[in-house]
Amino acid sequence: MNLRSRGRKLLVPYVTAGVSDNWLDHVHAAVDAGADAVEIGIPFSDPVIDGPVIQAASVRALERGTTPSTVARDLARYRGDVPLIAMTYYNLAHNLGLAEFADLLVSAGIAGTILPDLPIEESAPWERAAADAGLAAVLLAAPTTPDDRLAEICRRSRGFVYGMGLLGVTGERPDLATSARTMARRITAVTDLPALIGVGVSKPEHAATLATDADGVIVGTPVVRRILESDDADQVATLVAQFRTALDTAAPPTRAFAAAG
Amino acid sequence: MRVAAMGAPTEQGWFGRFGGRFVPEPIVPACLELAAAFADAWADPAFRVEFDEVLRQYTGRPSPVTECRRLSADLGVRVLVKREDLNHTGSHKINNVVGQALLARRMGKRRFLAETGAGQHGVAAATAAALFGLDCVVFMGEVDMARQRLNVGRMELLGAEVRPVTSGSRTLKDALNDALREWVATVEDTYYCLGTVAGPHPYPLMVREFQRVIGDEAHAQCQAIDATPTHVVACVGGGSNAAGIFAGFADTDAALIGVEAAGGASVSEGRPGVVHGSRSLLLQDDAGQVVEAYSISAGLDYPGIGPEHAHLAEIGRATYPTVTDAEVITAVRVLSRSEGLIPALESAHAFAYVLREAGREIPPGSTVLVNMSGRGDKDMDQILERVDGAR
Ligand SMILES: Cc1ncc(COP(=O)(O)O)c(C=O)c1O
Repeated sequence: MNLRSRGRKLLVPYVTAGVSDNWLDHVHAAVDAGADAVEIGIPFSDPVIDGPVIQAASVRALERGTTPSTVARDLARYRGDVPLIAMTYYNLAHNLGLAEFADLLVSAGIAGTILPDLPIEESAPWERAAADAGLAAVLLAAPTTPDDRLAEICRRSRGFVYGMGLLGVTGERPDLATSARTMARRITAVTDLPALIGVGVSKPEHAATLATDADGVIVGTPVVRRILESDDADQVATLVAQFRTALDTAAPPTRAFAAAG
Repeated sequence: MRVAAMGAPTEQGWFGRFGGRFVPEPIVPACLELAAAFADAWADPAFRVEFDEVLRQYTGRPSPVTECRRLSADLGVRVLVKREDLNHTGSHKINNVVGQALLARRMGKRRFLAETGAGQHGVAAATAAALFGLDCVVFMGEVDMARQRLNVGRMELLGAEVRPVTSGSRTLKDALNDALREWVATVEDTYYCLGTVAGPHPYPLMVREFQRVIGDEAHAQCQAIDATPTHVVACVGGGSNAAGIFAGFADTDAALIGVEAAGGASVSEGRPGVVHGSRSLLLQDDAGQVVEAYSISAGLDYPGIGPEHAHLAEIGRATYPTVTDAEVITAVRVLSRSEGLIPALESAHAFAYVLREAGREIPPGSTVLVNMSGRGDKDMDQILERVDGAR
C-alpha cells in the first residue's frame, strides 16, 4: 500500500460496512469524490474507541447480520481504484485465527488494517500474520505516547501511521484539538511514512488546518452520521468533496515520500 | 498433585495463555505507569501499614468466619462462611477500592472513575472518594440502575456522579466499555478504579492482591478453629471475591470452586477471546461478537471472567460450575431461615452450589468455606418479588 503516490494530501473517509443494503454505494461515492483510500469499519459488539455515532452504526450493521465474511462477500463488488483499509477490533481476528483473518481480508481486496485495541506489546503476532498475507498493519499513536514509544510505533507501522488527533473516542468536535497538529508534527519528525490524523477531524476547515503538518486526514463520524441520517450516497459524495477541496486548496507541498509502504 | 498457582503473572500480565493488555494506545502509558506505581506501593511497608489500618479502623476488618451449625447439620458437611457482608458498604468491593484510592492519592490523581454492575463497587468507590476527597464518576447500565435503585441513591448521596449507560446490554459489560471510553478521554487527570480482576494488566493482579486479605484472613481464622477447608467456594462475576479468597488457599489441598450464573457461564460455555483489555474466556458468537450475559444478579451479569480464573480453569486448579436463578432464590431463602444470613444475590450463587452439591460433588464430612461476598439488602425488591412466602 503506497498512499503517497498521488502526491497530494491524503483523504481517508470511513464507512461502517453492512450498515445498510447499499453501503458499498457510500464507499464508491467517497472514492469518486476524491478519497485516496477508504477505511472499511467491520462492526464489533464492543467498540471501545468509538463514540455514539459509530457505535450506533455498528449496532445497525450487526443487527443486519454483518460479519467479517459478509463484508468480504460484499466487497467482491468493489470497483474503486484506491486501497481499502479494514478498521476493526482484535477479537474478530483472534476469533477466526490470525492467518485465516488476514487471508479473508486479502481475498476481499483489502490492503491494510487498523486494530485500535492492539498496542505494540501485543501486536507482533498480528504484524507477522499481516505481513505474511501481504497486508499493511497500520499502528496507532496517541497524544499520550512518549517519544521513545512513538519511534517504535513508527518503525513497526506499515502503510502509514495513524495519529490520534485527541484523547477521546471517535466523534465530531466543534474545534480542532491543538493536540492534532502536535501529533502530526511528532510523527513526521520520526518517520517517512505518511502521518494521517484521525479522531476529531470533523469539518473541512479542520482538514485544511491539518494540511500544514499532516500528510492527510481520516474522517469517520461526519461520514457515518450522514449515512445514518439519510443513507443517500450523494450526501457522502458532497461531504467528501468538501474535504477534498479543503485539503487541495490549503495544500502546502507534500513531503518527499517513503520508497515503499 | 498440587499445581503451583496464583503467583505473579509475566511482566506483560500473562497468566499462562490469558491476560495481557489489549487497550487503545491513549491509555497504554497510563497502564504502564499504574503497573509501576502498584509494584512500588505494594513493596512499600508504609503503604501496607496504611492499607491495613484503613481496612481495620474504617471498613471494620477482619471480617469473621461464621460456623453455620444448622446448615451443617442439614447438609452433612461443615459449612463455614467468610463474612464479607459485614464490611462497611456491605460487600468485599471496599477492600479493592481502599487499595486503589490510596494508590490514586499516592499517584497524585484527583478524579476517580469506576464502572459498576450491582452498584456495590460503585458505592464502594463513591465511599472511598468521599473519604479521601476525590471527585468520583461511576458508569452504570440503565438496566442495573433500575434494579439497584438503592445503590444509585447511595452513590449520589456520597457525592458521586452516576452516568447512565444506554448502549448495548445496558448492564455491566457496557458500563465497562463506557468507563474505558471515559478514561481514554480523561486519562491525564483521572484514575480508573476497575472493580474486578478483569481489564488490562495490572488490574487483574492488583485487584487480586488488594482482595487477598479475604483469603489470608480466612486461612488464619480456619487454623485457629482447627478447620481445614476441603472446598473453598465463591461466586464469580469478573472474579474478584473468588480470587481474593482463593489466594489464601491456592497452595493448600482445598478444591477451589468459582460459581458462575448459568446465563453468564464464561468458563463452561465461553471460548478464548479478547475484550475489555485482556484475553480470557468469553461468551461470543461464531463471528467473535460478544454475547450478552443474563443473570438475576447484576453483579454476575457479565460475559467474561478475569484472565487468572481462565488460567486456573485451564490448569485444573479451580473449577467453575454454574447455578440457575431458581437455585439462587432458594439459597437466599434457606440461608435466611437457617442461619439468619440474607446474602446478596451474587453471593447466593456460592451457597446455591453448596446446597445442591453437598453429599454429591462435596462428599459428606467435607469442610466447606463459602465466601459471603455481600449482604442482600440491595436486592430486597427483587428477592421479595421472587421468594414465595418471603413475608
Ligand atoms: C456482593 C457481590 N458479590 C460478587 C460480585 C461479583 O464480582 P466479583 O466476581 O468481582 O467478585 C459483586 C459485583 O457487583 C457483588 O456486589
